[in-house]
Amino acid sequence: MKQLWLIPVLPLAGFLLNGLVALVASSSRAEKESGADHPLAPLPYAQRLFHGVVGVGSVGLAAVLSFAALVPYVLSSLHAPEGLAPVVQKVYTWMVAGDYSVDVAFRLDALSALMLSFVTFVGTLIHVYSVGYMQKDEGYGRYFSYLNLFMFAMLMLVLADNLPLLFVGWEGVGLCSYLLIGYSYDKDFAAAAGKKAFIANRVGDFGMVLGIFGVFALFGTADFSFVDLARRQALAGGAPLGVYAVCVLLFLGACGKSAQVPLYVWLPDAMAGPTPVSALIHAATMVTAGVYLVARCSALFVLAPDALTLVAWIGAGTAIFAATIGLAQNDIKKVLAYSTVSQLGYMFLACGVGAFSAGIFHVFTHAFFKACLFLGSGSVIMSMHHEQDMRRMGGLAARIPHTFRTMLVATLAIAGIFPLAGFFSKDMILGSAAASGHWALYAVGLFTAGLTAFYMFRLVSMTFFGKARGGDHGHGEHAHESPATMTVPLWILAALSVVAGLVGVPAALGGSDRIGRFLGASVAHPEIHEMSHGLEIGLMLLSLGVAVTGLLWAWRWYGKADGPAEAVSPQAHAFYEKAGALGRLVANKWNVDEGIEVLVLSPFWKIGTFLWRGFDALFIDGIANASAFLVELAGDLLRFFTTGHVRNYALAFTLGVAVFLVYVWVR
Amino acid sequence: MSFATFHPFGADLLTTLVFLPTVGALVLAFFPASSKAGAKAVGLLTSFLTFAVSAKITLGFDPATATPSAFAIDRAWIPRFGIRYQLGVDGLSLALVLLTTVLTVSVLLVSCGQEIEKLRGYVAAFLLLETGMLGSLVALDTLLFYVFWEVMLVPMYFIIGIWGGKRRIYATMKFFLFTMAGSLLMFVAILYAANVHLKATGFQSFSLVDWTRAASSGAWNLTPGAEALLFGAFTLAFLVKVPLWPLHTWLPDAHVEAPTGGSIILAGVLLKLGTYGLLRFAFPLFPRAAARYGPLLAVLALVGIVYGAWVAAAQKDMKKLVAYSSVSHLALVVLGIVAGTGAALSGAVFQMVGHGLTTGLLFLLVGVLYSRRHTREMADFGGIAARVPVTTTLFVVAALGSIGLPGLNGFIGEFLILGGVFQVNVAWAAIAATGMILGAIYLLTLIQKVFWGPETVPANRSLTDINAWELAGAFPLVVLIVLLGVFPRPLLNLVDGSVKTLQRVSAPRAAAVIARPAGKDAFERLEVHELPAPREEIAR
Repeated sequence: MKQLWLIPVLPLAGFLLNGLVALVASSSRAEKESGADHPLAPLPYAQRLFHGVVGVGSVGLAAVLSFAALVPYVLSSLHAPEGLAPVVQKVYTWMVAGDYSVDVAFRLDALSALMLSFVTFVGTLIHVYSVGYMQKDEGYGRYFSYLNLFMFAMLMLVLADNLPLLFVGWEGVGLCSYLLIGYSYDKDFAAAAGKKAFIANRVGDFGMVLGIFGVFALFGTADFSFVDLARRQALAGGAPLGVYAVCVLLFLGACGKSAQVPLYVWLPDAMAGPTPVSALIHAATMVTAGVYLVARCSALFVLAPDALTLVAWIGAGTAIFAATIGLAQNDIKKVLAYSTVSQLGYMFLACGVGAFSAGIFHVFTHAFFKACLFLGSGSVIMSMHHEQDMRRMGGLAARIPHTFRTMLVATLAIAGIFPLAGFFSKDMILGSAAASGHWALYAVGLFTAGLTAFYMFRLVSMTFFGKARGGDHGHGEHAHESPATMTVPLWILAALSVVAGLVGVPAALGGSDRIGRFLGASVAHPEIHEMSHGLEIGLMLLSLGVAVTGLLWAWRWYGKADGPAEAVSPQAHAFYEKAGALGRLVANKWNVDEGIEVLVLSPFWKIGTFLWRGFDALFIDGIANASAFLVELAGDLLRFFTTGHVRNYALAFTLGVAVFLVYVWVR
Repeated sequence: MSFATFHPFGADLLTTLVFLPTVGALVLAFFPASSKAGAKAVGLLTSFLTFAVSAKITLGFDPATATPSAFAIDRAWIPRFGIRYQLGVDGLSLALVLLTTVLTVSVLLVSCGQEIEKLRGYVAAFLLLETGMLGSLVALDTLLFYVFWEVMLVPMYFIIGIWGGKRRIYATMKFFLFTMAGSLLMFVAILYAANVHLKATGFQSFSLVDWTRAASSGAWNLTPGAEALLFGAFTLAFLVKVPLWPLHTWLPDAHVEAPTGGSIILAGVLLKLGTYGLLRFAFPLFPRAAARYGPLLAVLALVGIVYGAWVAAAQKDMKKLVAYSSVSHLALVVLGIVAGTGAALSGAVFQMVGHGLTTGLLFLLVGVLYSRRHTREMADFGGIAARVPVTTTLFVVAALGSIGLPGLNGFIGEFLILGGVFQVNVAWAAIAATGMILGAIYLLTLIQKVFWGPETVPANRSLTDINAWELAGAFPLVVLIVLLGVFPRPLLNLVDGSVKTLQRVSAPRAAAVIARPAGKDAFERLEVHELPAPREEIAR
């Protein structure tokens, strides 16, 4: 494939077409409905068809091109013992100034090929799903233009050959995330959530930009050949502190994008966006960009073991922290959001213990089952007429069977049940933690696996089992299955949630860890600690046991829920009663948002106002006005003498002469 | 200049460029005051022609030009004092010339689409202002520069004073006094420097070319004290214009009271003449003083970056918010100039142009809303996106350009400045980079309050979107914002020669920043240190 640049440019063209048509249409609509109460009417069919065809078509074509490029690459790479050299295509020189020179160049190697495969594949499926999900929405065209722009940015991120160009995609996906979270811009909470996401990401990007300059300073270049330099340890001066600082700064960027503690706060709020957006951006693709960045720079991170330890513990901490919050959420999308935060923590845990390929493997499998879960939740929400509170659901299994079955499969996958995809990738992470001797991290990961199984099966139970609690409206009784544009993508993703793990079957189970060897050409693989196969299988059984325990526990508490809508199960209710303050704290997400409001935001606005009203208006202008006042005062004093009467002047003159004469006489 | 050498119709390109707008303003005098169509036609035609001349100059310009010597013209003006009519351009001035001619076209296009009283006078004032700006940018004789510099003040004074808002008299006085105080200092410094030049070389000259040659060869032989005084006077004059914290308080008032066009030109071009002055006069003429006081300027700039952005976040008036954002962005440019590395200088010049485009567009769009609702308070809007989709889209693009989203022009300038500063001082870069976060906070808050959310104010229901004239004015800006972000190299190439020259001049400065012996006078050591070239070191 000679033209890698075509892959991102196709969705960009889709964005321009869709965006322009949508803008012109909404402009003429606004003119027609000026002064009216509700200016928004549904779109005409022809326009919807246009947006759908351009939106799905551009991304679908990009997917076809991607696979045309990556399949031959992957196949021949699997046959080469050391993997293939990366394909790098320079398009033009972006900027040159001083010591900085940045090209627009694209790179296809093992890592970007893997990312490319699921980004374009899941991306296309979710575009198709959106055709059905968004059909009644007035902003259909705007929606598809944003979604296309997102695909462009994500593909730039994945294919970029240097850090500044990666940053284009990096901030681009952040922008689209902002626009799509705030898609229902007339809702206050959506607009606020979009802003929150952008700003939290910017905090990370602050670190990222400095990290990029650090890479320039260390290697003299920021194109990914610096990874090879890092592998050979060809550093300027070999400064260990510099490497550590650069790694921490880049990781700060990763924390922002991939929603790690303490920058995770934006992701749960991001659920204000349409559900397909949550599936594509806030689960399957964009949020994994941080893991991709760390894996991409893995050779650098390996040189700073302390930075890796930080990565591992932030990851593990985020995994367990978010999982606890997920236990007590009642909004179906919020559960999935915290689950995503938690799973991303797993991926960083993997990177932190040096198992970068395990982290990317989990990125890969997670993309399928989490996209399936989110799209499933979208189908549930649509069937419930936009109800998201699981306490008002229940008994949906028979009414929306396709959604139920696919979500059940994905739930078993994320819980890590053998032989679904999540089992292999999660096990590879836990196994690597154990093998490298990080038993504390292993224990955190194992416990989190149990929590994951619990809250996921709680979600399935509350939604699908028991009897319909449809709240005041009784939507549950009238729920009906979604159209084929939505169920077919669900089934495809469910199927992949089953088989995607097979690319990484470990040696202990008779596999050959294909994915690890494939990615070995792109990511660092520090010396591998071998575990005996017996111990490995023992650990697998242990984690399987923990997962099953979590499932059964959730089944016991929530599975037969036929209580009143507000208290789903008596046992759970009793537990929260007993847990008291701690329980309330967990249910209230550990009060983190409130804490940020008090400690950061409120002082920020107050100081800003003080600087303006106090320092600017009183102090600086005070000095300026005081000097103006002094000039005026001097003028007034002088005016007192400038009377315009000749006799006054004559008097002053005479007095002056007299004083002068006295002076001469005295002297 | 004697009239014998003045050929109005065979004039050289730069003279044509500078005085074409004046000719337009004079032609306007023959139209009746009430003729709006005449004012529009003459204004647009003149500004288009001026733009065409600037484009012709750019096409004939060799980017390798290292000094402002292209299209040079040099004639005696007041021979008795050695004052000359000396013009010339390099990449630096040409970049700003283009910005000026583009923005003037934009302003006049927008004015055609809005109800403006006394339109003839308004158009004439902008044309005269254009002459002042272009003259300042191409003048090489310091007194000629000073004349143009002061000429700019007069139309601006009237633009704010006549077409301004309620507190326009206060604002004009503040604007005039702040800038006059600065210019007077500069005037004294020019006379002093001319005297130094006369004593050192025996020639009476006000030519910047002569001065730079003498200053860089060491012929001026200034004592550190004298150099500090001269540098201080020039720098102060320019910093008021920039305006750098804490000299900035005239700017928000001037912007709030100025009419839309006034704000666009003020933020777009006039502020840049401050940073242009630093690059053209203060730093090259007095490199040692610049090296010595650079860190002080850097501290002021860092305070300005954070302070301006922070105060912007607290604003309730859209124009004030954008005005404070300018304080922050221009401080970043000053920081880049102080850092003096190739990337930082390129970035600074790029950012000067980029900021002119993004902030110009922001002011233009605020003006569109103001012309319909006669308020700039964010609280008077809210949820208007569905009513004015095109304005909303353009505003978001301009804001993202200003925030520095990669792919748009703001990113290139910001990235290069921060990268260049990083090479000199990592802590400075880190503090300056917080502007990235703060910028997102205040601009996204503005967008949220004005465009998103539920439609709360009934008066906005009949709000009309940007009209064709206004869109025509906004269009070149938005196109350039995108194009320069994707293909920044034409502009970077244009200024490359100037940047290399500046970098040579500032080499001791960068060295002083890196290797300044603490607490000791670094002057004697400066010649010893060379600017380290990190890239080559690594290559070895």
